[in-house]
Amino acid sequence: MTRLSWFNTVSLTLGFAFLYIPMIILIIYSFNESRLVTVWAGFSTKWYGELIRNEAMLDAAWVTLRVAVMSSTIATVLGTMAAYVLVREGRFFGRTLFSGMIYAPLVMPEVITGLSLLLLFIGLGLDRGILTIVLAHTTFSMCFVSVVVSSRLVTFDRSLEEAALDLGCSPFEAFRLVTLPIIAPAVISGWLLAFTLSLDDLVIASFTSGPSATTLPIKIFSAVRLGVSPEINALSTIMIAIVTVGVITASLVSKRNALRRQKDEQAAVQNA
Amino acid sequence: MGQNVFAPWTDPAAEPLIRFQNVTKRFGSFVAIDDLTLDIYEQEFFALLGPSGCGKTTLMRMLAGFENASEGRIELAGQDIDGIPPNKRAVNMMFQSYALFPHLSVWDNIAFGLRRDRMAKAEIDARVDEMLKLTRLESFARRKPHQISGGQRQRVALARSLAKAPKLLLLDEPLGALDKKLRQETQFELMDIQEKTGTTFVIVTHDQEEAMTVASRVAVMDHGRIIQVATPEEIYEGPNSVYVADFIGDVNLIEGRATASGEDGYSIEWAAGQPPLSAQSKRPFTDAQRCHLAVRPEKVAISHDRPEADNAVEGRVLDIAYLGNISTYHVELPSGLVIKAQAANTRRIARRDITWEDTVWLSWSASAAVMLAD
Amino acid sequence: MRRWVLIAVPYLWLLALFLVPFVIVFKISLSDVALARPPYIPQFSWDDGIWAFLRELDFENYIFLTTDSLYWKAYLSSLKIAVFSTFLTLLVGYPIAYGMARAPEEWRPTLMMLVILPFWTSFLIRVYSWMGILSQEGYLNQILMWTGIISTPLTILNTNTAVYVGIVYTYLPFMILPIYAALDRLDGSLIEAAEDLGCSRFQAFWLVTFPLSRNGVIAGSFLVFIPALGEFVIPSILGGSKTLMIGKVLWEEFFSNRDWPVASAVAVVLLLILVVPIVLFQRNQQRQAEAEQ
Repeated sequence: MTRLSWFNTVSLTLGFAFLYIPMIILIIYSFNESRLVTVWAGFSTKWYGELIRNEAMLDAAWVTLRVAVMSSTIATVLGTMAAYVLVREGRFFGRTLFSGMIYAPLVMPEVITGLSLLLLFIGLGLDRGILTIVLAHTTFSMCFVSVVVSSRLVTFDRSLEEAALDLGCSPFEAFRLVTLPIIAPAVISGWLLAFTLSLDDLVIASFTSGPSATTLPIKIFSAVRLGVSPEINALSTIMIAIVTVGVITASLVSKRNALRRQKDEQAAVQNA
Repeated sequence: MGQNVFAPWTDPAAEPLIRFQNVTKRFGSFVAIDDLTLDIYEQEFFALLGPSGCGKTTLMRMLAGFENASEGRIELAGQDIDGIPPNKRAVNMMFQSYALFPHLSVWDNIAFGLRRDRMAKAEIDARVDEMLKLTRLESFARRKPHQISGGQRQRVALARSLAKAPKLLLLDEPLGALDKKLRQETQFELMDIQEKTGTTFVIVTHDQEEAMTVASRVAVMDHGRIIQVATPEEIYEGPNSVYVADFIGDVNLIEGRATASGEDGYSIEWAAGQPPLSAQSKRPFTDAQRCHLAVRPEKVAISHDRPEADNAVEGRVLDIAYLGNISTYHVELPSGLVIKAQAANTRRIARRDITWEDTVWLSWSASAAVMLAD
Repeated sequence: MRRWVLIAVPYLWLLALFLVPFVIVFKISLSDVALARPPYIPQFSWDDGIWAFLRELDFENYIFLTTDSLYWKAYLSSLKIAVFSTFLTLLVGYPIAYGMARAPEEWRPTLMMLVILPFWTSFLIRVYSWMGILSQEGYLNQILMWTGIISTPLTILNTNTAVYVGIVYTYLPFMILPIYAALDRLDGSLIEAAEDLGCSRFQAFWLVTFPLSRNGVIAGSFLVFIPALGEFVIPSILGGSKTLMIGKVLWEEFFSNRDWPVASAVAVVLLLILVVPIVLFQRNQQRQAEAEQ
């Protein structure tokens, strides 16, 4: 099974071509001279220049970034708490409702989540703006964080915590000094997931934002409805580049850590 | 050879079921099987024994059809089987992991291979029932593999691979996943089933005790070569090399130089200031040839007084391992060599007289030791 | 004491921002539209008391949904699009997952990353990337006309076909990952055992590999079907005016017609439709978790 069969080679090649060609075309045509996006007219970086001078776009980007940082941070705290409750606290009144509320937002259509939150904010008389988007994003992304963290907590060796308690830690200290450092990778990926979900979200943000706060996806969506534009291509290229660098760095770091660990273990065996 | 002894390998007219002729198998630059020649006869229970990575599993997978030889020829019943895919071979395999299909019941697992042969339904039913009976699994037919115990799973795997009545059954570490007690029971069950069905079994194992128990012949392998092929008794009593002597059971190895004395007799200089040891060997040794003397611990007697024996050496008791039925004594000789001696515990422990730091005599007869060349 | 704080904080947050909003949606779906701020009646007031308030609520909006063919056509068309595109995603995704699981060990982390990478990339941008490909003067038509396969450009953008392409493309990782996970867990000796017992490669696939990846296929299909049913972005960017999907209808009802009660009723019905696949999905996941133990 070390060699790929003919069938597998073809299916992998076609599959990954399908996944990547649209994005590659997008990137190539972001450097197109012409405003007519489907006709190549020479290399140019002018659309990137236009993008940087587009004040409204930059404002939207800034709003998006602030919302994403705030909502993903709060969501990580709440989501980790929720995961801990689900995995560790056993039975308590309303546990079924609680776990239902954790899992439901994962499969809820965004239009419904957006609509219901908007109706709540109106009922409460909250002005729609950054605050309401942060509240909305926190609510659905904390559920994703809690799923990621609880899948790690399930495999966590509980005797480590018991050892910490036995050695004199309070429960909170045991969590801070033992559990948290061990589940940290899951918590970090939970944060990253929440951050990306917030950056990406169009539908919920459209419902919960007001005229004072427009996010980047809302801006892109209204531009895209008018057709393909080279400026959006340039913006997409930048976003794809950031994500690619981020994902590759993350995987290299985790690979290096795994390799180092393997080496340490080998060295330990040899020195024993 | 006696009339009733099963030993086709001693009969030059017997046709082997399996014939490996100068088979080599390479994975890249790694040589898994190195120019190997071997015959296995019908109805044999043949064990391939060796440490992990010695090539025994590769040899078995070549018989099953999952690997092809890089060089050489493999025959099954006189037919070259190179290139025949596994599903077209009259060979079945029992996998180390059992490889029971988790989505199928015990019954369907056993029927799986029969259905591939497009056998009539009534025939399949009869054959599966027969197999269930043979392996005492009748009451578990409707269960799924995860609903039965490890020992039962092992029997399902055996039943499934036997159902097609193969010419040859391959067993890859079949008892490896069982605990010791169950393993010993199952060994006898395997032998029983092999005898009842008359199928040729080839078993791969790293457990020498298991190989000795079940097999009619054992092949000891190392680095893709066969070191010795013989019956369990021959392998144990007459190993052909230091490797085999050391791999099978416990052994004392004494290095020395041989000098011929009498017919098949040799005296061996082994330590300065000590009288030479006497030993016998059918294999010839030249004078002053370096050799190893292999003596099994149970053939070494231990006593306080110097006994009348072909070989006797004096030493000090270093350690005693009490194993219940027997005890093993580690005795250090003046040269620093440690020799193990075993004695049956026929008396209660409190009344045994040899203890730590005692000076004792170890003795064995000239025929108890095996002389091995380097 | 501390335990209750730990439970109460996330619990109350979800109650306030997840459950209460649904109660509000349900309540508004029973109200009537009005030219007011907010644009529906009745409004609750302490003066009239709760009974007077409840008496004003009715199922009028739900009855309206059944009488106007737009709505049930939209539900049916959403179901059709979701089912068909889930099937297409399975057809595209299974061979990729299979190829990944059979690829050499050292490639697999890279292949895995290549599948996950689009998942981290903006959804909106991935949908948008097909506009340039599928439009009248787009790259696909350019290639097809250049090679001489067609002489007049095909109309793909703003049709249901474009919506199918968009859903398959954006949800493909959701299909590949669970199937890959199931295939990767598969013990290779099971396939060898099947071949040893007389199966050809193809038979071994249908009798062993495929049944054992069934849980992955089911999980992947739900992960595509559920969000596709309520999808808004893909039909509104790639679909045309004839593309009827319930997410789009809800959006328009709310933002364009400002009919909040009907939009709420649409949401409640969509949720009821989704309960069935969600419960089935949960059962599948639970069964899988139990099987692993």
